[in-house]
Order: sequence, then structure tokens, then C-alpha cells
Amino acid sequence: MLLKHTPKEIKERNALTINPAKTCQPIGAMYAALGIHGCLPHSHGSQGCCSYHRSALTRHYKEPVMAGTSSFTEGASVFGGQANLIQAINNIFTVYNPDIIAIHTTCLSETIGDDVNQIVGKAVEENKVPEGKRIMYCSTPSYIGSHVTGFSNMVEGIIREFPVSTGTKNRKINIIPGWVEPSDMREIKALAKTMGVEIIMFPDTSDVMDAPQTGTHEFYPRGGTTIAQLEAAGDAKYTLALGKYCSEAGAIALENKCGIKFKTLDLPIGISATDRFISTLSNIAGIPVPQSITDERGRLVDMITDMQQYLYCKKVALWGDPDQLIALTEFLLDLDAKPAFVVSGTPGKYFMERMEQLLGKDMGGAKVQNGSCADMFLMHQWIKNEGCDLLLGNTYGKYIARDENIPFVRMGFPIYDRVGHSYFPTVGYKGAMYMLEKILGVLMDKQDADSSEEAFELVM
Amino acid sequence: MRKIAIYGKGGIGKSTTTQNTVAGLAEMKKKIMVVGCDPKADSTRLLLGGLAQKTVLDTLREEGEDVEIDDVIKAGYAGVRCVESGGPEPGVGCAGRGIITSITLLEQLGAYDDCWDLDYAFYDVLGDVVCGGFAMPIRDGKAKEIYIVVSGEMMAMYAANNICKGIVKYADTGGVRLGGLICNSRNVDNEREMIEQLASKLGTQMIHFVPRDNMVQRAEIHRQTVIEFDPTHGQADEYRTLARNIENNEMFVIPKPLEIEELEKLLIDFGIC
Repeated sequence: MLLKHTPKEIKERNALTINPAKTCQPIGAMYAALGIHGCLPHSHGSQGCCSYHRSALTRHYKEPVMAGTSSFTEGASVFGGQANLIQAINNIFTVYNPDIIAIHTTCLSETIGDDVNQIVGKAVEENKVPEGKRIMYCSTPSYIGSHVTGFSNMVEGIIREFPVSTGTKNRKINIIPGWVEPSDMREIKALAKTMGVEIIMFPDTSDVMDAPQTGTHEFYPRGGTTIAQLEAAGDAKYTLALGKYCSEAGAIALENKCGIKFKTLDLPIGISATDRFISTLSNIAGIPVPQSITDERGRLVDMITDMQQYLYCKKVALWGDPDQLIALTEFLLDLDAKPAFVVSGTPGKYFMERMEQLLGKDMGGAKVQNGSCADMFLMHQWIKNEGCDLLLGNTYGKYIARDENIPFVRMGFPIYDRVGHSYFPTVGYKGAMYMLEKILGVLMDKQDADSSEEAFELVM
Repeated sequence: MRKIAIYGKGGIGKSTTTQNTVAGLAEMKKKIMVVGCDPKADSTRLLLGGLAQKTVLDTLREEGEDVEIDDVIKAGYAGVRCVESGGPEPGVGCAGRGIITSITLLEQLGAYDDCWDLDYAFYDVLGDVVCGGFAMPIRDGKAKEIYIVVSGEMMAMYAANNICKGIVKYADTGGVRLGGLICNSRNVDNEREMIEQLASKLGTQMIHFVPRDNMVQRAEIHRQTVIEFDPTHGQADEYRTLARNIENNEMFVIPKPLEIEELEKLLIDFGIC
């Protein structure tokens, strides 16, 4: 009974959002900062903010997440956080010795108007920043946008601080991978390596948020984009921004700063988006697609065709972050499944435009909601009224899955109650196969569980 | 205890008027506390003979939670208890939050307790009520009475009208009422009549017309109220009258703010002779 609280009857709501598909900006900023080598994120605000953001990341990635906080008290709220932040910078470099501090703000420090740029300037002036150490920062008020916005803002913060244009191009290609798993970033690097394309990827949380257990705790794990790589990004020949919401703002900032042309692509999740990623990378680098990647694609196509009967016309509800949802929707359409209900909590007009491109006029009959008032409560009501065959989204869907007895594949952020997302990619052809295996697994389990004795199949 | 908040446009003379009025009430043997709610912390200077005491927020910053009431409240002219909220430097932090913190702390420290036997608490609030913090003195039924200092200048009247809008907002829940307009004369044409008319349109009264006199300046330079500096001067009597009018005031209303067109018409009717 406890979890069965959603009424079937839909009533219009103007002022109430229940289970929105989003969280705080700083979580995204923190995650992006962790993709830079030797970087310690720092939350400029009260302690509670920092604790929550760290724990949200730790619960998802199952890794310790270190971050400092300016520990605002009543006094800091009134007098401004300058004294706290300068003290924090001094303490962090003295005690924890990172290469970089990545400062993001919070609702409180934003609202009282703290100017992090000015405070960092003051810290430098007071010699609190040792030679060779760096500070990057971004504003992340959570009353604007979502965790996705925070990620994007920190990517811009990286661009503001590091890339320099020396005048000599280095022929490398920048890839901003968007908010994807460490496993995905690893896969993107692997694909580029297979193709023989030299890339600079930032942020890169592989070997940070999926660091191997060695018996010793590394405060700054081996992974992450280095300062040298970030500086060289200013001489690259091109930038690929994967995911408009997470990566495009960074690519624009880099074009403005260093004059590097860019292209924004959907996240390479599913077959069509991966095709576009691979062919764009191949075109820009002037390198043909190697046979091994073509073969990988072929195996995916084979898998889809073999299992087509289990996917055809399956109604899917999906929720989470816009970049993922856009790519997943296209993948589901490629599988001949039907994206029926889609919920994105991150505001932005582009999402609806892109969804209409994919789904057709009037969303092709699918129900799509987007923005700060979009919520999973309404999605649950849609499901109660019209039914669906598969849930695809973050952990918060488990209540609906249990209530309605619908197969559920976890995807996106956060996933608090299953493992695998950090280790097995969803990007690229391999990622699509992994996802397909998961989807088919739950659909077939459901068929097995529900079928009568005479319809219970050994071979599927 | 009557809790009174003084509002008005910046630079209109709120602090000067408040302190002189308080001096007048103190002469009448009233027990009074003045709470300065301006980050500049200059609301009690004339009563204390200079910027003497540490502000509540300075003390909070240095002592943490262990603030003692005697650290922040100092007795000034005729035993008036003086306290300054203080606040951040210009351009940083949040002065509004400072007022909230400070008033809450004063309450916790027992500044308003019966043992002090106060007849009056005055809040002298920064002119531009720019955010919720500056409305703290009239929230939750703290100050029940408001006087607005105004002159016959357009912007002062405009500000007074705006403040009335704020009062209306808190009048229903907090029970705050407007006690009247104090005209601090700038020697504008027909000033007395114009403010009387403004008061009547707002549904209130002009509680006193304080004429302009250079004696106020002279007393200020000596860090004193007029009543202390030159008790026999005519201007001292003006403040005594204002103090008496407030003491005897029985007219407390929810104001009816004017539309801007109405306000401008008032200026044309009275300002152009």
C-alpha cells in the first residue's frame, strides 16, 4: 500500500510537481570536475549541500567522492563568503594538495551575490594559490536548470580556465562526451583508438569513478583529463560536442576562445546516433572506418533482426536527462519499439523540437513532457491509463515498476540500486548490444513469468 | 511596550528624526530601546555621542554563538538602550539576511524581555526596503506601528507610497499599522498642505511637520541630538511635540496606497503655484 499512492484519474495541476526528473546543478558540476585529473571539487555554500551532492554521486558510482565546502554559517551568509573561500583554498592546497580546485556555487552563495571570480583573484593576490596550481569555477544555482545544466556550466568553466591557442594546430579532435558513465567515456576513447583518431576528451571520469581496487586508496586516481591535455585542446582542429544539453555550451565557449569549429551530435547511444558519431569522426579526421567497427555494427544489426519479434511495437516509458532521452528515443524507434511516454526534467525548448523530429508531428501520438514541472507522477498516471511494456530510466522508476508489474531497465542518472552502469557502456555499437541484452532479458523474463504452461517456451 | 518602525526614502532624515524623537520621549521618562537596522550602523550615533558599540553582526562574527547582550547594547542619552544590527561591506554578502539574523538574535538574548521594562522599541530601517530582510521589523507582529518620514519632494513621496504597499502586505497577517507621516521639511512649496493631502489620501495623518533648521546640523556635528545639544532651541521643541504626538497617537490604519497617476496629480495640484 505504501507505494501505491498514484491515482489513475488525471487532474490538472498548476502548482505541484511530484517526483520531478531532475536534481541540483552542483551534482553535475561536481561530476564534470571529477573528470579532470588531480582535481578536487569545492562547493561554495553550506555543508549540507556538499554532503548531499557527494552522497548522490557516491550512491550512483559506488566510489568515494571527495569535495571541499566553504561551510557557510549565518555570518558568511550575511558578510559574504569571501573569507571562507579564501581560507578553504589555502587549506585545500596545504592539506590535500590537488593540482586543481574546481569551485561551484550553491543557491545560497549565488543569492547573496558572491563573485567567485573576484574572490579567486583575491586568493591569488594573497598568495594562497601555489605556483603551478589552478582554480576553475562556475556558477551553479539550483533554482535554474538541473544537474545537467550544472555539468554544462562546469564544462564551460574548464574551457574558461585551460585551453590556450598557441597558433600551431595539433591535428587532434576534442570530444566533449557529455554526462555519460565512466564506462562510456572509456568506450568513446576505445572507438577513437580503434579508428586511429587522436582525441582529447574532457571531462573523462574513466579511471576516476570506476577506479580499480588495488588495496590502497588513491585520493586522486590515475584517470581524468590532464592540464596539459586541456591546454592542448585550444590547438585542436575540431570539437565534437556529444549531447546538446551537456556539451554544446562548452564547444561554443571553446570556439569563441580559441576559434575551433565544432559540431554538436546526439549522444552516440543506439545505432543511428552511433553511426553519425562514427562517420563524423571519420570525416573530420580523414580516416576510413575500420572493418572491426563495421563488424561490430553488423553484429548489433544481427542481434536486432534476430530478436525483432520481441521488440516490435513494445510501448516504452522513459525518463531522465534530455541528451539520453533523445538518443534512446531514436534507438527505440530503430528497434521498432514505441516510445510512448517521455519525461525530461531539464528545461529547454530544443528537447521538444528534437523529439518532434524523431517522433513525427504531434509526437506521433507519444506523450512527452519537459521542464521543471514535468514529473513522473503524471507519467505513472499515463501508464495506469494506457499501459506500457517497458520502463527505461533511473532508479526512481522502481516504484512504478513494482506498482504496475512492468519490466524495468535502469538507465541514466541516478542508479542507486543496481550495478553495472559504471562498467558496461551504453554508447557505441557495443553499448547498444549491452542495452539490448538488458531490455530483451527483462521482456523475456516477463513473458516466461506470465505465460501459461502450454505457451512456456524453451527456445526464444 | 510599543514597537515602532521608522521607514522612508534614503537620506530623508530617518535616523536624525528617530533619535531626536527618542530623546524627546526619554525626557518624558520613557524607557526606550533603539535598534538600528542599517549596515552602516549609524542609527544611534547621536544618542551615544559617536559610533561607540560593536554591532550585533560584528559580535556574532567574532564570538560565534556566544554573544552576550551587554556586548551589543549600550546605554546612551538619558539611558536609551542602543543597538546596531550592522552588516556587510557595500557590495558583498546579504544585508537583508543580516537584519533577520540580528533581530532573531536580539530576541533570543532577551533584549525585549519584561525585565527591561521598556515603553518603546524603535527600529530605524535602511531607506530602500530592497528585499524581505528589510521588512523583518514588521514581520510576525514585531513592530506594530510604522511612521514614514517624508518630505514634499517627488521621490520621497513616491517612496512613502511604495512603503505603504509593503505595509498592506504585512498588515493582514502581522497586524502592523501605519501611525502617520512625519514631514521632515525640505522647504518645498506648499509642503505642509501637500503632505497633509497625501496623508489623507493614504488614509492616515501627518503626525508632525518638522521645519528645516540648521540647528539639526550643528547638533549632528557635535554627535548629539538637538534636545541634548541645545535644549532651549525652538527645534528641540519641535521634536518634543513630535514625541508627544507619537505618545498620544491613537490613529493606526492600514494605508490605501495611491496609483502613480494620483500621486503625480497631487504634485501638480500643490507643487505648481
